[in-house]
Amino acid sequence: MRTGKRLTALLSGALLLGASALPLAAQAQEGKMGGTLRLLAKAASGTIDPHINYTLQYFQINYILYDGLVTFRKVGDKTGFDVVADLAEALPEPQDGGRKYVFKLRDGIKFADGSDVTTEDVVASFQRIFKISGPTAGTFYNGIIGADKCLAEPAGCTLEGGVVADAAAGTVTFNLTQPDGEFLQKIAIPHAAILPAETELKDYGTDPIPGTGAYMIESYDPNKRLKMVRNPYFKEWSKEAQPAGYPDEIDYDFGLTEEAAVTAIQNGQADWMFDPPPPDRLAELGTTYASQVSLHPLTAMWYAPMNTNLAPFDDVRVRQAVNLAIDRNAVVKLFGGSNLAQPACQILPPGFPSYEPYCPYTADPGAKWTAPDLAKAKALIAESGTAGQEVTIISEDNVVSRAIGVYLQDVLNELGFKASVKPISQNIQFTYIQNTNNKVQISISQWFQDYPSPSNFLQVLFSCASFTPGSDASVNISGFCDESVDAMMAEAQAASISDPAKAAKIWTAVDKAVTDAAPAAVLFTPKRVDFISKRVQNFTFSPQFYWIISQSWIE
Amino acid sequence: MTSDAQPLKQTSSQRRRATEGPWATAWRKLRRDRAALFAFAVLIAIVLACASAPLYADYVSHTNPFVTNLNGEIEIDGQIRQVLEPSTEGLGLGMTPIGPTWRFGPYALGADNQGRDVAARLLYGGRNSLLIAGVAATLCLVLATFVGVVAGFFGGVVDMVLSRILDVLWAFPIFLLAISLSIVLIAQSIRIGPIEIRSGSLWLPIFIIGIVFVPYVARPIRGQVLTLMQAEFVTAAVGLGATPLRILLRDVLPNVVTRIIVFVPLMLALNMIIESALSFLSIGVQPPDASWGTIIQDGQGLLYSRPLVALAPGIAIVVTVLALNILGDGVRDALDPKSSFRVA
Repeated sequence: MRTGKRLTALLSGALLLGASALPLAAQAQEGKMGGTLRLLAKAASGTIDPHINYTLQYFQINYILYDGLVTFRKVGDKTGFDVVADLAEALPEPQDGGRKYVFKLRDGIKFADGSDVTTEDVVASFQRIFKISGPTAGTFYNGIIGADKCLAEPAGCTLEGGVVADAAAGTVTFNLTQPDGEFLQKIAIPHAAILPAETELKDYGTDPIPGTGAYMIESYDPNKRLKMVRNPYFKEWSKEAQPAGYPDEIDYDFGLTEEAAVTAIQNGQADWMFDPPPPDRLAELGTTYASQVSLHPLTAMWYAPMNTNLAPFDDVRVRQAVNLAIDRNAVVKLFGGSNLAQPACQILPPGFPSYEPYCPYTADPGAKWTAPDLAKAKALIAESGTAGQEVTIISEDNVVSRAIGVYLQDVLNELGFKASVKPISQNIQFTYIQNTNNKVQISISQWFQDYPSPSNFLQVLFSCASFTPGSDASVNISGFCDESVDAMMAEAQAASISDPAKAAKIWTAVDKAVTDAAPAAVLFTPKRVDFISKRVQNFTFSPQFYWIISQSWIE
Repeated sequence: MTSDAQPLKQTSSQRRRATEGPWATAWRKLRRDRAALFAFAVLIAIVLACASAPLYADYVSHTNPFVTNLNGEIEIDGQIRQVLEPSTEGLGLGMTPIGPTWRFGPYALGADNQGRDVAARLLYGGRNSLLIAGVAATLCLVLATFVGVVAGFFGGVVDMVLSRILDVLWAFPIFLLAISLSIVLIAQSIRIGPIEIRSGSLWLPIFIIGIVFVPYVARPIRGQVLTLMQAEFVTAAVGLGATPLRILLRDVLPNVVTRIIVFVPLMLALNMIIESALSFLSIGVQPPDASWGTIIQDGQGLLYSRPLVALAPGIAIVVTVLALNILGDGVRDALDPKSSFRVA
């Protein structure tokens, strides 16, 4: 998934060992209940319907508002990537060779409106994902039996034979068309949140839907505030799945610029900002306010997808030349320097499952990027005979993306193209660059993991199934479709249950194959900068959720 | 002898004044307006400075202001410094562009976040800002004069139709129009006769500004033409059997020209502000080209660490617009002292 405002992806966290190492390490002391936590964001992030919203900003809060059958462990270390039981009593063992999962619901859990959570709610929730055409219905949940019919005809979706409830036994059985080693991870994200069965089949927009989390939404005005208060029916059933929160109230205010948000936190008028601090404040934050800054590597990438179906990038030599010509150190400078990002040139980020260092696009090919190889890049361009063609780069209109776009323009001009850069609003850029009708040649984008699996980068971004011409939701922005690579991905998926080690090796090979085909130029792996107020204690950074908001208390 | 000669000289001067035309009178008045002359001198200096941008880049700053210089270095006081300096204190976060050297040389006003020389970009940016403002003002004045004169001269249905069109234009939100066109143009160009407007084309802000401000100029011109049509000399011309074309060209237009000239500096000033705003919104000049608006946008992310990046073009806009307004007032006083109209 992508970060940012609309449609981006989520969660990330990388956890690269020693990830934080900063003064905000969790404090093992008794927390203080009460008070109001004040969060800031430049803008709201659209609908609060958990089955629809696909943004990092609201994924982060949906984890304290809603629960699925399973979730990721809410801790501040690398075990935060582990899936644990949530509304289910325990993690089920895969049956039928990984095609069947049986969940036993916990007793006594209630929604925020006081109604009990039942197996009927579980079935209805999964039907709703398809009936409202949720953004991941066709990618994450298409392996459930009956999903194909639901995708073809959402209104009549029953998932018959796919999701089967046994009210008497309190169980829900999931039957899959084929083994899926990532199934538990896929249903651990908020898109698989369990909602009351009577939840209407519409986008709830600004109207809250009752959940089971520690908090509930009291009011939501996208132009002003999202107010969360304690869920009166919540009783902690699993500390690692849904721990009780410390603050009584969490106010998420919208509208302040990043500059103003930094100042508000410095003055103690707010506690945290979602948006990254602006570049010109970083030095100040890193010195005067170092004790209030938390820095964590993410399992994410900034990259430049190249349209493999449009000239000049339909020629693999051109794509490789761009990769060779880019000075990743220079791009890292545009992001804020080497303490905020690391150069990268392969798809999988460091520390990720199946990651093995690999960089063919450097002056000294090997495991690590060292320097650009402009001579080799120019030779490839000469060989391709594409010099002189016009190329337009589509970037976002924020400072960093625009700066990278301008740098890339210089690189392309140096290679002999007539390059121009067009920054457009970040509200529309991500959907714009996905739609083939817009004939985007090359763009600047980011990708953050949804869950810690190589498929979440390789399959989601570069498989034939992820490419939907003419759609705003074709996240395979490059339009890359290679049958042999797809076959390797399918093989890895098939082996994920029976032989995880083999699957991991295949994913490593896929990573190299996609990197060699160069449908994108990976630029760098970013880090997350969190700036919090002095009164916030027990800042806990999960590689999956980022800051676990409910687990901080206020002095 | 002396007393005899004096009356002769005075008579000659008085005769010259009595026989000088309205243009000479206006020029004489303008020359006495020191504020206007000073503003004019400032404008000339700005235009010359901007025109010399390539020379400055080649021989003074020794940099290409359109190419990123992220790994560049510069020697200052015998010390080699990076153009983009990493923070070395505390957590070591962020990169800070080199600040102003305040020397007639490289990075006199410092660097922007791409490591480019701000002073050189300021001069190049001025060229684009002035060019867009000038061409848009010309386009606007030509169209407005045509519409205003035709509407006022023919009256009736023609006047009504043209006036309603002007109403629509006047009501149109300029930035909404600009943003809409900008989005459309990302994927495709627009062709107007022989002119093809593509994404990033300078014609885009020129057309937007030039057309949207037509009502601001056309309405006063129409009003003046309506007044002129009631004047005795026009009535006399009609009585003598002059053709409408002759009346238009010989009696109406010459009396409208002074007002049009008064509009020139005022429209230039207004256009410069609008161009800067459009460029700031990524609609006008496209990177890596510069205008004062785009440089302000570049400096927006450096307000705390390098405020001069945004301040320098801001000051340039203020000085230029102020000079244009003062000059416009002077021209108005010289050509049309009874008028009290203002633009916008």
